[in-house]
Amino acid sequence: MAVTTTYLGVPLYRPKVAFFDFTSCEGCQLQVVNNEANLLDFLSLVEVVNFREAMTEKSNDYEIAFVEGSVTREDEVRRLQEIRKNAKILVAFGSCACFGGVNQLKNRFNDLDWVKKEVYGDCPVDTKEAMPLEKYVKVDLHIYGCPVKKEEVEKIVLNVALGKAVNLPKYPVCMECKANGNICLFDIGEPCLGPITRAGCNSWCTNNRFGCWGCRGPAEDANVAQWQKIMRQHNFSRERMLDRLECFGGFDHLIER
Amino acid sequence: MKVSCNVDVKHLSRVEGHGNIAIRIEDGQVRQAHWQVVETPRFFEAMLVGKHWENAPVICGRICGICSIGHTLTSIRAVENAFGMVPSRQTRDLRLLLKHMETLQSHVLHLFFLAAPDFLGTGSVFPLIETHPDVVKMAAGIKLLANDACDIIGGRRLHPVRTVVGGFTMLPKKEELEGLLVRLQEVAKDLQTTAELFKTFALPDFVRETEFVSLRGDGVYPFIGGSLISSDGVYRQEEEYRLMTNEYVSETNTSKLSRLSRRSFAVGALARFNNNHCFLYPEAKKVADELGLTAVSHNPFMNNIAQLVECVQVVMESQELIKGLLDRDWQPEREKVTLRAGIGVGAVEVPRGILYHCYEFDHDGRMKKCDCVIPTSQNNANIHHDIEELARQYAANGFADRDIELLAEMLVRSYDPCISCSVH
Ligand code: SF4
Ligand code: SF4
Ligand code: SF4
Ligand SMILES: [Fe+2]
Repeated sequence: MAVTTTYLGVPLYRPKVAFFDFTSCEGCQLQVVNNEANLLDFLSLVEVVNFREAMTEKSNDYEIAFVEGSVTREDEVRRLQEIRKNAKILVAFGSCACFGGVNQLKNRFNDLDWVKKEVYGDCPVDTKEAMPLEKYVKVDLHIYGCPVKKEEVEKIVLNVALGKAVNLPKYPVCMECKANGNICLFDIGEPCLGPITRAGCNSWCTNNRFGCWGCRGPAEDANVAQWQKIMRQHNFSRERMLDRLECFGGFDHLIER
Repeated sequence: MKVSCNVDVKHLSRVEGHGNIAIRIEDGQVRQAHWQVVETPRFFEAMLVGKHWENAPVICGRICGICSIGHTLTSIRAVENAFGMVPSRQTRDLRLLLKHMETLQSHVLHLFFLAAPDFLGTGSVFPLIETHPDVVKMAAGIKLLANDACDIIGGRRLHPVRTVVGGFTMLPKKEELEGLLVRLQEVAKDLQTTAELFKTFALPDFVRETEFVSLRGDGVYPFIGGSLISSDGVYRQEEEYRLMTNEYVSETNTSKLSRLSRRSFAVGALARFNNNHCFLYPEAKKVADELGLTAVSHNPFMNNIAQLVECVQVVMESQELIKGLLDRDWQPEREKVTLRAGIGVGAVEVPRGILYHCYEFDHDGRMKKCDCVIPTSQNNANIHHDIEELARQYAANGFADRDIELLAEMLVRSYDPCISCSVH
């Protein structure tokens, strides 16, 4: 690693980072490029050696691998295992990588043949159930969100570059939402998963009067039964509860079907 | 005459998603020349089945990270059409403004960050930060304005949150719109500088005749809804989109393909320009003239120039939209949703071409059937045939493998393909 920058007077190692995409919308990667206000600062923190969406050059010499997307085909499993071998730190980048994201909604039919037929008719198309990276390799760090929040990405990258521990919030979105002084969506008749979703997005959706859909997965000690009670009190059906809980895959282990 | 040639590009860079180019020429004959999409499909059309209508824009917006606003708006339009809802003028204006800002940010991302490195001979935008700092700074500035505008109107630049069936959850502040207006006037000047820069780029002089499909303009350069037209004279209504797209599956591609009057057609900025150039603002027309773009252009590399012309177009129209919104008092932001069983189609010109979503709902508003036809999937067959022709022409002129490879890559990039979107 080359020492080239200083941060608060401390010489900073510029880790070599690589970005990879699996089954996804590539939106999380785009959040990095979509960062024009401080893209250049970000680039001074790290040395990007592999970023197919933005550059032609590639290298297998990297320390941190940001992996976006879920795994849905056998060749992706092998590619992921290769990346795992090369990387010191493997980051699951975004909710597709962390939980399967919206892609895992196809798993709920428990019938991949029907899923394939519905979209491609009789033409054979190779697919497996959509899975998070952790199903196949060890993941060192999770960055949640659909999409990830760029401020959080930068903070995490900075901490990694400085060799500091990364602490993600464990409390729910409601805490941020209340601190932001929003009117509660339940009071205007809209459902919200904020009470049990992990914070860190600064209540991105509810600040815009749009209920939380749980893209960052559960907060610590998320009490799903308690949330379902709130939803029932506001006359929201079981179906609408399930819609929110299953949308991004983060609550999968907490859902009673 | 070139006797043999081998080009093999796996996972082409500086495009969204995964695609391969392969060209094999033996004894002067093109044995194989293809553009192949290998992206893993996500099966959105199956995911939605059985889901309540409210899920559609949230989930379908995730089809694409670059044009999530376009997908969300198309999805909302399909739901509203199915339910027989007609958006208010204010909602229509705000949606169009939001869409224009996505078009601007997407075109600028493509022109400067993905395409320009080819013309300036670098592998990415990163070296340009050193060699062309003013250009990179200007491009970043335009993108920043467009993204800020998307935050202000849609609540979030990627996967918007204020856009809902019936209108918006929240309206922007008038001061915010005033701020955008001032910045848009600055950006209009930056686009002039951009045009000067693009004049210095040598675009390959390659032509292959094809058919162009887009929304049909009716007094204005169209972006959201309306009838459909092709340069070969096909004319259809929005709900007849299937007669325009004729999707078919191929065993070698994970993307579906489309055809109309010929074996392939093109959608996107160049198609829109070719079909609707008469409705452009004079400022946009001027840029087209200056850069040698005249309808009907059959040079796919000209799609870059058409995107630049559209940047000018959307910046001009956005100023007019904002002035109109500032002149009127705010009306209620959101209308109540009334369910009914039925089918709804939304056709919207997103940055890479015309996008369709079609949903069928039962009486309770649950999705029975979902179909999405993506611009890049409509373009894929056309890209494929372009590569064949490009290989033939340039090999015949004795170009080296490396040059043909670069040209083929540039050709694909000119379409600004959104591959993961095409395999949704
Ligand atoms: S987590 Fe969301 S934004 Fe990120 S790649 Fe997946 S679908 Fe796209
Ligand atoms: S709107 Fe949602 S996140 Fe905000 S306080 Fe209410 S329940 Fe919590
Ligand atoms: S409010 Fe909820 S859905 Fe929205 S970004 Fe935050 S965690 Fe995700
Ligand atoms: Fe489709």
